[in-house]
Amino acid sequence: MPDQTLAEQIKGIRRKKYSSFELTQSLLDRIKDKSNLNCFISIDENIIEKAQAADKEIQKGSDKPLLGIPIAHKDIFCEYETKTTAGSRMLENFVAPYDATVVSNLKRAGAISLGKTNMDEFAMGSSNETSFFGPVRNPWDENRVPGGSSGGSAAAVSARLCCAATGTDTGGSIRQPASFCGITGLKPTYGRVSRWGMIAYASSLDQAGPMALTAEDCAIMLREMSGHDKKDSTSAQVAVDDYSAFLSRPLGKLTIGIFEPLMKELDSSTSLVMETTIKDLEKVGVTFTEIDLPNFSYAIPAYYVIAPAECSANLSRYDGVRFGYRCKEPSNLKELYQRSRTEGLGQEVKNRIMAGTFALTTGYYDAFYRKAQQVRRLIKNDFVKAFKNVDLIIAPTTPSTAFRLGEKADDPQEMYLQDVYTTSANLAGLPALSMPAGFVNGLPVGAQLIGNYFEEARILSVAHQFQAITDWHLTSPDSQT
Amino acid sequence: MIIANWETVIGLEIHVQLSTKSKIFSDASTVFGTGPNEQANEVDLGLPGTLPVVNAEIFPKAIAFGLSIGAEIAKTSYFDRKNYFYPDLPKGYQITQMDEPIVRNGCINIELNNGTTKSIRINRAHLEEDAGKSLHDSFPNMTGVDLNRAGIPLLEIVSEPDMRTAEEAEKYAKSIHQLVTYLSISDGNMAEGSFRCDANVSVRREGEKELGTRTETKNINSFKFLKNAINFEVKRQMNVIQSGQKVKQETRLYDSVKNETRPMRSKETATDYRYFPEPDLLPVSFDQNYIDQIKKTLPELPSEKKNRYVREHGLRESEAKFLSNDLELALFYENCHKLVKDSKQIVNWLKGEMLSRLSDAEITIKDSPISPIQLCDLIKRISDGTISVTIGKKIFGKLWEGQSISVDNVIRDENLAQLSDSKQLDELINEAIKKNPKQIEQFRNGKTKVLGYLIGLIMKETSGKANPKQVNDLILERINSPK
Repeated sequence: MPDQTLAEQIKGIRRKKYSSFELTQSLLDRIKDKSNLNCFISIDENIIEKAQAADKEIQKGSDKPLLGIPIAHKDIFCEYETKTTAGSRMLENFVAPYDATVVSNLKRAGAISLGKTNMDEFAMGSSNETSFFGPVRNPWDENRVPGGSSGGSAAAVSARLCCAATGTDTGGSIRQPASFCGITGLKPTYGRVSRWGMIAYASSLDQAGPMALTAEDCAIMLREMSGHDKKDSTSAQVAVDDYSAFLSRPLGKLTIGIFEPLMKELDSSTSLVMETTIKDLEKVGVTFTEIDLPNFSYAIPAYYVIAPAECSANLSRYDGVRFGYRCKEPSNLKELYQRSRTEGLGQEVKNRIMAGTFALTTGYYDAFYRKAQQVRRLIKNDFVKAFKNVDLIIAPTTPSTAFRLGEKADDPQEMYLQDVYTTSANLAGLPALSMPAGFVNGLPVGAQLIGNYFEEARILSVAHQFQAITDWHLTSPDSQT
Repeated sequence: MIIANWETVIGLEIHVQLSTKSKIFSDASTVFGTGPNEQANEVDLGLPGTLPVVNAEIFPKAIAFGLSIGAEIAKTSYFDRKNYFYPDLPKGYQITQMDEPIVRNGCINIELNNGTTKSIRINRAHLEEDAGKSLHDSFPNMTGVDLNRAGIPLLEIVSEPDMRTAEEAEKYAKSIHQLVTYLSISDGNMAEGSFRCDANVSVRREGEKELGTRTETKNINSFKFLKNAINFEVKRQMNVIQSGQKVKQETRLYDSVKNETRPMRSKETATDYRYFPEPDLLPVSFDQNYIDQIKKTLPELPSEKKNRYVREHGLRESEAKFLSNDLELALFYENCHKLVKDSKQIVNWLKGEMLSRLSDAEITIKDSPISPIQLCDLIKRISDGTISVTIGKKIFGKLWEGQSISVDNVIRDENLAQLSDSKQLDELINEAIKKNPKQIEQFRNGKTKVLGYLIGLIMKETSGKANPKQVNDLILERINSPK
């Protein structure tokens, strides 16, 4: 059962091949076996009762699309009366009094939450090493990182601890760990999924999305997660497509753009993976053409100004006054602030708060924040122009396969370059997916498909049809060894 | 030593609470006076993952204000974050408008004591959320935080430094207060903090081109305090300069008990607010059509009302101004005018009996126990001769005390109608003439003053219910008739 995809588990439960209870129990056993991966920060204590309740509903003939399916939430999504930590000591004991819209949407669809997955602290990191709750290990090689910041979700799906999980992607935090762990992950269009109840890192870039084994599973998840939410002013009033219905439709005359300089930077083995992927996509009827994205290389510097700037304000609320970590016996207000934040927040978070504070300071605002926003517009314009001629854009997801734990932990710049292929989609607000495309030295490699605004259906159907003729996405870390 | 003439330069920042049912970015209630933190929800507390959603009620209110001061309305308005740490600021930033205020470049006229008017320019008016309240005296060695006010919608109105005296500043503040209450965009309740002034004050010697260093005295919540605070600051700053020192640019607090201002924090150590556009909210655009719709629904403003009262109701300028100064009074008057056309009589009653009763009871006309209908019934009964003005005042008192609801009931129950029955009066007059032959003789000899004495007798006999004019006529008729 645990090896099955979401689509298969839905069938399995609906056709009563097994119950939600049985499925949940087998997953809990597996989570225990794989506890060394450190995928979860917390497991829902009532999960068994929830599975049994779902089974009763199934007996009554309920047709909720995800009824009884155990999934996992990145611990950045608030869940009613459940600890939500964002991977930080600051929120170690924070119990949310409300559900994130993503959580309530999936609940409404019948899904049950196994628990909350590990993540880089406040989603700041590309290796899951900044988590207060310890690093997550990559199921393909436990000495390697799973990527980040949604590393717990990626590793959990990859290790078959759950068939699907939620993630968030601010600069690549769904796609990069999906690539490192050999799963499929989609960052939707900015505004597609509500941000209500999702702990903010960088508000104009944060976007929640599904992480699963297949594009088909991502389609099922996305449909339930998406939609306009009046609690989030930036959520889009655009109808949600029936993504599953689009999956197998003929692609017709579909053109994918390639920005050559991105391919040339890759090492030979990764380059080979990309070439094979392009050939496979040609087999399903896609044609390729070259495009120009002249400002692509400025995405990283722009991102590392805008995201820290927003985070410096978003994280000001963690001051020890109303909730979260409060230092012991402060002697005055200033000390309460200083020590609570010094003790409650980790180094990477502090680095970004300081960088962002600097970028917004009078005298530097124009040179950094305003300039970065201008670059952001240029990057967006490049994409808008490109999408006049192509339907999708293909790119690598990451510059390398999963690196070793600790390898880049002390070199922030090297770490930030992990996001070189992913941040531009966030800056432009475009949907982008990473799908398993091959292996290098036994480690998964992902390929990225970037689509036009609200064209998740097209991305998913191309990925699905690619997955119909490849089996990278079905290779499990267990079968490898 | 000859002291050169000084010039005072004043600019005001006024925070007006917009009257909305719920807060500016959350659906928590704005009702005043509940227990601490009872009206602060997860958004107001700034809990992780919460997001602001703008309350659309605020835009037409701010635009109505802008249109009323002849200002430009932003085509697109957006919000910014103003970053600073304070325990009563839950998110660590305030959502406000920095670069694109909704209202820009307006002006309002104030009337000076010499009868001339002066135009005060308004630089901008922007929308923002209020912070909470720190309670420093409620707990020993601790500060409590009440977030009921956090997220209350404010319109901050920033004037140019166009005022030169504390009186001008007071008049300007009163004009703004009158305007926002007229527009019904705020209840203007100063005691509850719905209308608060920050005064930027500097002094310079006359003829100097550069402005002096200014201080900002914050959160003044009465017109009297505003005047006092400015006057104190002006004297203080002049003393500082005269003693050879420099005025420090700083934020000060006004202590109304000691009638002095005190430094709160120095601008030199002030935080850099690091404003940047609020990414959680989308810009809001207003098309001309929307603005025109608001223009159409603008109520009549004080000066327009005043002019109409003079033009159409034949009131004197001073009477019209007395009414139009206070929207509630004007509305009371207008309700009366629908029932009784005699504007002068209405004004006399409002200026006289009504005003003195209101001030004795320390209430406003909104809470008057006498309705326009009752007052008009009273005026009607006087003008149709049923009662005299003196009796009218007596009835006004009874209605005020709530002893009856109808003028006619009081007249009937207390038998207060004037004696207009001439037969009964005739008898009384005959009696009086008979009893006072000496006075009649004096009258016939040209000492007409005695007539008053005779009328007084009759009025006394009738407990004031006789119509004095009628009595006068009847006596003359009797004395002069050849008998």
